[in-house]
Amino acid sequence: MSLEQFKNRNVGTQNYKTLDLGETPTSGLDRFKQVAKRTFKRELFVGLYVTMREMINALFRGNMHTVKYPFEKLPISPRYRAIHDMLRLLESGHYRCIGCGLCEKICISNCITMDTRYDENQRKEVSEYTINFGRCIFCGYCAEVCPELAIVHGPRYENASEQRASFSLFEDMLTPIDQLNLQQEYDGFGAVSPNADDNIKKTPLAY
Amino acid sequence: METTLVENLPEVTAAGVLIKAVIIMAVISAIAGFGTYIERKVLAFMQRRLGPMHVGPYGLLQLAADGIKLFTKEDIVPQNANKFIFMIAPIITAATAFIALSAVPVFPDFTIPEFIPLLGGTFVPSIAADLNIGILFVLGMMAAGLYGPLLAGMSQANKWGIIGAARTAVQFLSYEVVTGLSILAPIMIVGSLSFVDFNNAQSAGIGSWLIWQQPVAFVLFLIAGFAETNRTPFDLLEHEAEVVSGYATEYAGMRWGMFFIGEYANMITVSIIAAIVFLGGYSEGTLGWLTIILKVGFFFFLMLWVRASWPHVRPDQLMWLCWKVLMPIALINILITALVILV
Repeated sequence: MSLEQFKNRNVGTQNYKTLDLGETPTSGLDRFKQVAKRTFKRELFVGLYVTMREMINALFRGNMHTVKYPFEKLPISPRYRAIHDMLRLLESGHYRCIGCGLCEKICISNCITMDTRYDENQRKEVSEYTINFGRCIFCGYCAEVCPELAIVHGPRYENASEQRASFSLFEDMLTPIDQLNLQQEYDGFGAVSPNADDNIKKTPLAY
Repeated sequence: METTLVENLPEVTAAGVLIKAVIIMAVISAIAGFGTYIERKVLAFMQRRLGPMHVGPYGLLQLAADGIKLFTKEDIVPQNANKFIFMIAPIITAATAFIALSAVPVFPDFTIPEFIPLLGGTFVPSIAADLNIGILFVLGMMAAGLYGPLLAGMSQANKWGIIGAARTAVQFLSYEVVTGLSILAPIMIVGSLSFVDFNNAQSAGIGSWLIWQQPVAFVLFLIAGFAETNRTPFDLLEHEAEVVSGYATEYAGMRWGMFFIGEYANMITVSIIAAIVFLGGYSEGTLGWLTIILKVGFFFFLMLWVRASWPHVRPDQLMWLCWKVLMPIALINILITALVILV
């Protein structure tokens, strides 16, 4: 099939077929014939077969649809914008943030607050960094603008906590130093999700 | 009517019948409760879900959780309801379901061992009341059970309840004829209304089962049985998408639970009748009783399977089906059976 056929959205010019449903019976005898025909055409047993097949598929062929959510989680897309993470340099373990302040400037809901100072080696260090998650709209500009890939969107999408501060302090968002080897590199915007191949389907128009 | 089987057995005493009644009450209500768990599991599997999983291993204790919930719920009687009838309607459903079970064979007969004080040596029969008109009694009791939904729907001052009650009457008028006529042909062949006679008539193995002689009657009885127990193709009484919950709309707590127990006990009764009348029933010994449990289990599963697969019919379609299709077929079946018996 060529692409033009899918792009044609003018209803009536395509080659549609109407289903042959037959005539609606009006007299009693016709109705009886329809019931008898449908009964002996085994349509009812096809219905039974379908449910039984699904049950066998679910029980014995691992085709169960349920995800036991708090215990199992589906992979989320790398483009998903959840609670922010602050990453560390893999070589030194120092945080990547250089205190440039771009994220604070670009934030359209003014929820990032940061303060910097010079340490004893005249290096710029972040003295204070909070994100007000009551205001954050998770637009992703901060992660996009960051020149060092220091602030990224992490995988934490369960935003229930006793207090917002649990998410918002710099230390809480920073990768723990003992889990540095588990730190995930941010693929950036436009990356495909890990199960992208499984999700590829024909567009409905192609059927 | 004397049967050869009864003569060989010890005398049935009142104590034995009482013990049997208690056993039926306890075990069948437990099985009926457990049936809700099985139903939820099977329906879930057929929709590729897991069903109840969290209460106990594989959700096995869900039944206990539901029971506690039902027992502790407030017993609400609506303001304009007819209080007395509203309160006894669920009891009618549950009671008639269990009374019907008193005339069918459930579990093998046994004698209580001598070393147990008081009751030692009592013979407990397999049928609590071995009537010679067992089938008639069971069908009559199950028909009387329809008074439960009927009175419940009319007494609760709720439009959905009224519609549910009206549909009960429609359904009752429709299926009852088919049930009676479809089972008449096997009765003519066996020449008895007693379950024991039916069982003995088919004791010569699979070839002697009545389903081979009466396949039409078997199908008709199954269809009517589905209508009798309000199972899915004919669940007009309480179809959620149309009449909220029909006759059970205003019920809560244990009174609602009694409707459920009655419905599941009726499912078991219909399964037992179908298994004994058409599928050869039970035979002596533990293995023989295992076969009837398997047959009853199959019919129970069939009801859940059909519920997962088929849409339900409209009330007018049910009446049309029962009066204009099934009843003539049942009559022709009886006629042919009579001719075959005569010739």
